[in-house]
Amino acid sequence: MFNVAKAELRKLRRPTLLISTILVVAALTALFTSIVFLRANSGNGNGQRGEIISPATLSAATGLVYGFKIVSFFLGITALCVFASQTAQEYSLGTLRNLLVRQPSRMKILAGKYLSMIIFAIALVLIDAMVAIAISYFLAPHAKVTTSAWFTASALALLGKTFANVLFGTIAFGTFGMILGLLFRSPISSIATGVIWSLILENILAGVVSSTQKWLPGQNFDNVSQGGSLTVSYHWSFMIAAAYLIVGFSIAAVLFKRRDVAN
Amino acid sequence: MTTAISVKDLSKIYGERSALSHASFEVPLGTVCGFVGPNGSGKTTTIRMLLGLITPTGGTGTVLGESITHPERYLPSVGAMIEGPAFYPALSGAENLRVLASLGGFSQERVHSLLEKVGLSERGKSKYKTYSLGMKQRLGIAAALLPNPKLLVLDEPTNGLDPSGIQEIRNLIKELASDGTSVFVSSHLLSELEQIAEFLVMLREGEVLFSGRTQDLLAAQIATLIAKPEFSVDLNKLVEITTRHGHPATVEGGAVHIVADAEWGATLNRLAFNAGITLSELSATQPTLEETFFEMTGE
Repeated sequence: MFNVAKAELRKLRRPTLLISTILVVAALTALFTSIVFLRANSGNGNGQRGEIISPATLSAATGLVYGFKIVSFFLGITALCVFASQTAQEYSLGTLRNLLVRQPSRMKILAGKYLSMIIFAIALVLIDAMVAIAISYFLAPHAKVTTSAWFTASALALLGKTFANVLFGTIAFGTFGMILGLLFRSPISSIATGVIWSLILENILAGVVSSTQKWLPGQNFDNVSQGGSLTVSYHWSFMIAAAYLIVGFSIAAVLFKRRDVAN
Repeated sequence: MTTAISVKDLSKIYGERSALSHASFEVPLGTVCGFVGPNGSGKTTTIRMLLGLITPTGGTGTVLGESITHPERYLPSVGAMIEGPAFYPALSGAENLRVLASLGGFSQERVHSLLEKVGLSERGKSKYKTYSLGMKQRLGIAAALLPNPKLLVLDEPTNGLDPSGIQEIRNLIKELASDGTSVFVSSHLLSELEQIAEFLVMLREGEVLFSGRTQDLLAAQIATLIAKPEFSVDLNKLVEITTRHGHPATVEGGAVHIVADAEWGATLNRLAFNAGITLSELSATQPTLEETFFEMTGE
């Protein structure tokens, strides 16, 4: 499994993929964090779905992580695209047969791939955290936000918890992408399906019938990243997200193990 | 263990279509075995089953003495290139090999020497997507050689190669075979296979038509004697003589083609002389593998 992960990381660290992903994550984090802080005194919505985040809120311990977690949904979508393309391209390029000749245990291939993707997701979340905290700290004086509560033990504990939650959400979206990659075996189909479903259809459904929000996978993945919301609890989202991932991944793993590799 | 590959009643059915039907053959250890058949005859399906990529519908098989139901037991000693090379376009040739070396737990040191072996050392750092078809093919062969294999399975290794490239691959296969590597190679270039393959497995429509020594196959084919009389007016007379002695003949291109072994040449010469015909040319030809293939497969 570790040999597979090592081989996968060789592919993931290619400059075009790595640099472009880092730039996208850094740019999105910078944009969203800047909006939160630059519009903190405007009286208009500067948070998710038009939520107003005041300088007083940002001056509390949560201010340290607000910019960091606000971009978690897009981190998830990025992970979904990367995980889906890295999985599906093995079929579309025909490289899966090379992998299976060199490592016949399909479960080891899958586990190694997953491990490498998790490492990649950790890197994405770390970049998000570093950029968000740096920009938050830099823009705090401009937004009349005091940062003294950011560096207390409780703020650092919150940072650790948020990191774990955002990482879980990112990996969950990535796993969803990987499942789609295994099912569709085409990068374009799996990315298109994942993005259209998570970014458009789920949001329309949740907006029109709010009760669906607690059942939709993407909404629950993101709710875990956010640490829960007023409408759906953290524990509910965690359980639903875990159930989706376990069932989806089990089906995809069985298919991957049993399906003939005929391309 | 005396066989590199052994299959018995191996079958694969897709829905209602039979891709391979009760195939049985053996490939002795340490030999080069050609695997031939028209497109769609089941060659690639067989190779995929031998490599554990698809599950047989029926039958059994062993590779290097291990059952094909446990590919993990023999694949570390097998190198393979199936249905042409397949690599990551955005990675260089060397990086693609490093990915596979990491995966199989092979030394990264081998990458450079293998690139050199297949003549790609100068382009090793170029991206795979910039490679010509011939270069891609060479990289595929380099990847197959990564494990220092006891058995090399090559599916159309000379596709896209120029004549000198084909010759290089032929020499490489000969070199590997002389070191004791068993080579199972499918190719449409039958003239190439005739030169290197001691054994042959021939498929048609999913069934094994022949498996055994190449020489045995060719020897079993009916040879042709070609006789050219000094004067063309004697052509029909010569046909009449050979037919009368049980050897059918036809006139083609100013010569008489007679279905007979080379040994009958002396008798023919004597019969022609007795009939007052002087032969200006007399030669014997054995059917080539290509002619035999067309004859047997009806292509």
